Amino acid sequence: MKQYNADVIVIGSGAAGLAAAIEVKKANLSVLVIERDKELGGITLQCIHNGFGLKEFEEELTGPEYIQRFINQIKELEIPYILNTMVIEISNDKKLYAVNNEDGLIEIKAKAIILAMGCRERTRGAINIPGFRPAGIYTAGQAQRFVNIEGYLPGNTFVILGSGDIGMIMARRLTWEGCKVKAVVEILPYVSGLLRNQVQCLEDYDIPLITSYTVTKIHGRDRVKGVTISKVDRNFDRIIGSDKFIECDTLLLSVGLIPENELTLNAGAELSKNGGPVVDNNLETTIAGIFTCGNVLQVHDLVDLVSAEAKRAGQNAVEYVKNRYDKKSSKKEIIKCLSGENVNYVKPDRINKRDLSKDIIFTLRVNYPDRRVLIQLKDNNNNLIYKRKKIYVIPSEMVELIVNLEKNGIDPKCKSINIEVIPRPEVLIEEE
Amino acid sequence: MILNLSESSQSIVKVIRCIVCPTGCEIQAKKNPKGQISFEGYTCERGLEYAEQEFYEPKRILTTTMRVENGLLPLIPVRSDKPILKDKLKDVLKEIAKIKIKAPIQMGDVLIENILELGANVIASRNLIKIS
Repeated sequence: MKQYNADVIVIGSGAAGLAAAIEVKKANLSVLVIERDKELGGITLQCIHNGFGLKEFEEELTGPEYIQRFINQIKELEIPYILNTMVIEISNDKKLYAVNNEDGLIEIKAKAIILAMGCRERTRGAINIPGFRPAGIYTAGQAQRFVNIEGYLPGNTFVILGSGDIGMIMARRLTWEGCKVKAVVEILPYVSGLLRNQVQCLEDYDIPLITSYTVTKIHGRDRVKGVTISKVDRNFDRIIGSDKFIECDTLLLSVGLIPENELTLNAGAELSKNGGPVVDNNLETTIAGIFTCGNVLQVHDLVDLVSAEAKRAGQNAVEYVKNRYDKKSSKKEIIKCLSGENVNYVKPDRINKRDLSKDIIFTLRVNYPDRRVLIQLKDNNNNLIYKRKKIYVIPSEMVELIVNLEKNGIDPKCKSINIEVIPRPEVLIEEE
Repeated sequence: MILNLSESSQSIVKVIRCIVCPTGCEIQAKKNPKGQISFEGYTCERGLEYAEQEFYEPKRILTTTMRVENGLLPLIPVRSDKPILKDKLKDVLKEIAKIKIKAPIQMGDVLIENILELGANVIASRNLIKIS
C-alpha cells in the first residue's frame, strides 16, 4: 500500500483547503492536499461570474481568477497535492485511507487534519416534490458545472426553484446562453440571495421572481413538461386554489446546501445543529488536532470569508502540531455558545476558557429579517457581556462579531453564553 | 430636521438599487423643474458613482465561456476586462460564441482584442493546460 506522511493533511482543494494549506506551509510544516476532482480549485472554478476578491485582494475577480491566485501560490510554494483521490476513512489515530485509480488504497499519516470538503446540494428528494420522475430535474450547481465546465446545456426552458445566489446567477447564465428562464420561485416571502444578484441577474433580464410560492408538482413522464407552483401560507403549507401551471422542460433546484459530513462523522467528531461540525474558537472539532473551515463548517456568503476562516484553521493546526501534538491532552474547560432569539446558529459552538483573553470571532445567521436590532451576548446568569447595534439583519447575510470576552468582563466561571438578536428598545432608537 | 422646501419640487425619475455593497441603498435620481438630475439616498462615494453610471450609461462586466481545442476542459471561462454597455452584451456573447481557441491558455491572456470596438478586451479567467 502506498503511504504518505505529512504534519498536516488538508482534505479538499477548494477555496478553504488551499488557503489553509498555504498557511501551514508558510509556517514551515509539511502539508499535503487531497482532491477528488481532476484539478485543484473546487466549486469556485465553476463560479465564472465576477464579484469575488474584494476583501481578499481588493479587486473584483471572477471565481476562476480568484482561485487561480491560490493555485499559483500552491505551485510557487511547492505544496504537494494528489488529485483524483477520494478520502474514504479517518481513523482515530489520524490515519487517513484514500483511494484512486492508479495507486488503489493509500494510507496517509498526519499529525493534524484540516477538513475542507465543502457542501453538496439539497436535491428533490430532500424537499419531496410530488409528481413523476422525468429527465430534466437538476440542482443549480450541477447545471452550473454542465454549462460552465463541461459545455452542455441541460435544457431550453427553465423554472428555477429557490432564489439563493446560485439559482439567480444560473438564471442569468442560462439567459445569456439563449435559454428561456420562465421564473425563479421562492418559498419565502423575500429573496434568499444577495441584492446585487437580484438586481443584476433577474431584474436586468425581466425574469419574474415569484415569492411565497413553491413547486408542488412536476409534470411529464419522460421529460419535464412543466411544473405546478402554489402559493404557501406562513407555515409553508400550500394554499388550495392558488395553483398555477408553468410550461418548461427543465427544473433547477437551488434549495440549500448540506455539509459533506461523512468524514467528519467517520473521524468521530460531533455535529452541531447547523449541520456542520461542532468547533471551538480555534476551529478545532471535538477531536483534538482535527480542524475545519469553509462551507463544510458553515455556508458562507462570500468566498473571501472562506479564505479568511481557512487561514485561521491553518494557523491553529500549526499551533497544534508545534505545541500540543506531543503532549497529553488536558481536559478542556469550555464555555458553550447558545443560539437565542432570532439566531439560527452561531459559531464557534464553544470557547476554551484558556482563550478568554483572545479576540473571539463569532459568526451567526438570523432566522428572519429584522431592522434596528441589538445583538446581545449574555452569560447563563443573565449578565450582559456585550451588545452591538445593527441597522438590519437578514438570513442570507452572515453576521460577524469580534469580541474580547475578558475585556468585556465575562465571568470566567460561567457555563454558557447566549447570543440573541432582539428588536432595539425604543430608548436606543431615539438615540440615533 | 428642517425641511428643505426646494426638495419637494423635485420629481423622482428613477430608483436605483445600489449593488456596490450588501447594504443595498435605494438611490433616487431626481429631476428639478429646470431638468437637472441629482441623486439622493447614497451613503458613500462609490454609491454615487454607481448611480450616475447606472442612470446615464449602464454597463456590466461580461463573464461567459469560450470553446477550446485540445484543452483539459472543452471550455474556458472568460470575461471582459472593462464593463461593456448593457445593451451590447447580447452582441458580444454572440461574437464570443463564434470563436474556438487553442490550449494552453494563461489567465489574463487577451483572447479577443477590443471586441466589437467597444473598448474592452475578452480575457481568460484561468490557466488551462493542453492535453495531447
